[in-house]
Amino acid sequence: MTRPAPTHRLRLVTCLLLGMLAAGPLHAAAGMQAVVQDPYLELRTGPGRGFPVAQVVDQGAEVSLLRRRTDWIKVRGANGVEGWAHRSQLERTLTTDGEPLALPGPAPESRTAHRWEVGLATGDLDGASVVGAGAAYLVTPSLVVRADVAQLLGNASNGWLGTVGVAHVFMPQWRVSPFVGIGGGALRIEPKATLVQPEDRSDTIAYAGIGLRGYLTDRFMLQAEYREFVVFTSRDDNEEIDEWTVSFAYFF
Amino acid sequence: MDRELRVLLLSGLAVAAVAVPPRAAAQEAPATATTTPQVVEPRVQRREVNPPGLDTENFEAGAFVGTISIEDFGASVVYGGRLAYHFTEDVFAEATLGTAKAGKTSYEDLSGSAELLSDDDRQFTYYDLSVGWNALPGEVFLGGRRAMPSAVYFTLGAGSTRFGGDDHFTVALGAGLRVLANDWVAVHLDARDVAFESDLLGKDKLTHNLQFTFGLTAFF
Repeated sequence: MTRPAPTHRLRLVTCLLLGMLAAGPLHAAAGMQAVVQDPYLELRTGPGRGFPVAQVVDQGAEVSLLRRRTDWIKVRGANGVEGWAHRSQLERTLTTDGEPLALPGPAPESRTAHRWEVGLATGDLDGASVVGAGAAYLVTPSLVVRADVAQLLGNASNGWLGTVGVAHVFMPQWRVSPFVGIGGGALRIEPKATLVQPEDRSDTIAYAGIGLRGYLTDRFMLQAEYREFVVFTSRDDNEEIDEWTVSFAYFF
Repeated sequence: MDRELRVLLLSGLAVAAVAVPPRAAAQEAPATATTTPQVVEPRVQRREVNPPGLDTENFEAGAFVGTISIEDFGASVVYGGRLAYHFTEDVFAEATLGTAKAGKTSYEDLSGSAELLSDDDRQFTYYDLSVGWNALPGEVFLGGRRAMPSAVYFTLGAGSTRFGGDDHFTVALGAGLRVLANDWVAVHLDARDVAFESDLLGKDKLTHNLQFTFGLTAFF
């Protein structure tokens, strides 16, 4: 019972896939140099801690930094050997000017010193499922400005929710910290077509929220939040609805 | 209600929270401090240099094509795109968009006339936002000369599926193998369960739509 998609689409996808293979390398080799300070620099065969150390570069030798993936940097030694070195060991090298090399990355202090958070969220808004994404900027460790957008999927209607708000984190230095927030935004509701054809409607909203945020590691956090929304409808009465969400966020 | 789906998703999140491994401790031993006594402390402002030319390649984007078995509607060709961001060597986030044209139910084929869905409503389109874990990193050997970095990964996410004229809350559970053909091109073999609750055939049921795909991605 297979019904293939129209052949021109298949052809397009195939061309895209082949094009990716045929295209040349996206990046020319970078020219950044570093001088090894440790007794030797360990080079692994791949960008991960499990890959074997296949080469070493001796103390005092120069290496070129080629590319970076997560915490691993591909380097090339003067004798042509290539491999992946960890950020922490490369940070103990010097540039050719004798300056220490800094490679941005996480550290325990980034829990309170980071500036940005991005995350994915899911939860429930008045019976509808929530799928969302958001970003936050930390003005100070305890003052957070955030923006979120979510798709709402319910039994009787679907919709979209966009909010902008501020939050106060009470104890940012704790591993798990409570916070409160307020904000506003817009809510769009699209009732499902199987009912009598009602009109889509967009309303402005305001919310007050309370939640807990906890650090999983030096770069990931988990956040749970409860929000009470007031929907400023065009009818005589305003509506009140509540939402709870769980989100997984990365901070940097 | 999508209670079953939520329970599935939340239990997955809980497992993920426990499973997020600590950073490689062995790699991050602090530098041994040199303790040479200094008579005069030089007043030199140390300037940290951030390599400007170093290309950070944590994004991965590409396309996939394969087959999806849409519950009650047969198997169809599915294709789509994926965009991932690698946070660490273990954890990544991924957005996936896929689309397929559903076939006919057995009932439609046997009865010969009754069409359950219009042509437009047969278009099956989903997106999901997932968190992925490279559970089994390793190397794949091709012959005796080539070793390519690889990883078996698991993903869990939530999203939405548009099918039969309606949007459905969707939980996507996936597993795949990523093999790096060179430093920046990866080949994916991926299996994914796109699960959502549907009342298309009269009563609510959780449908599992299993998808097997081949994909190519580029790191940039």
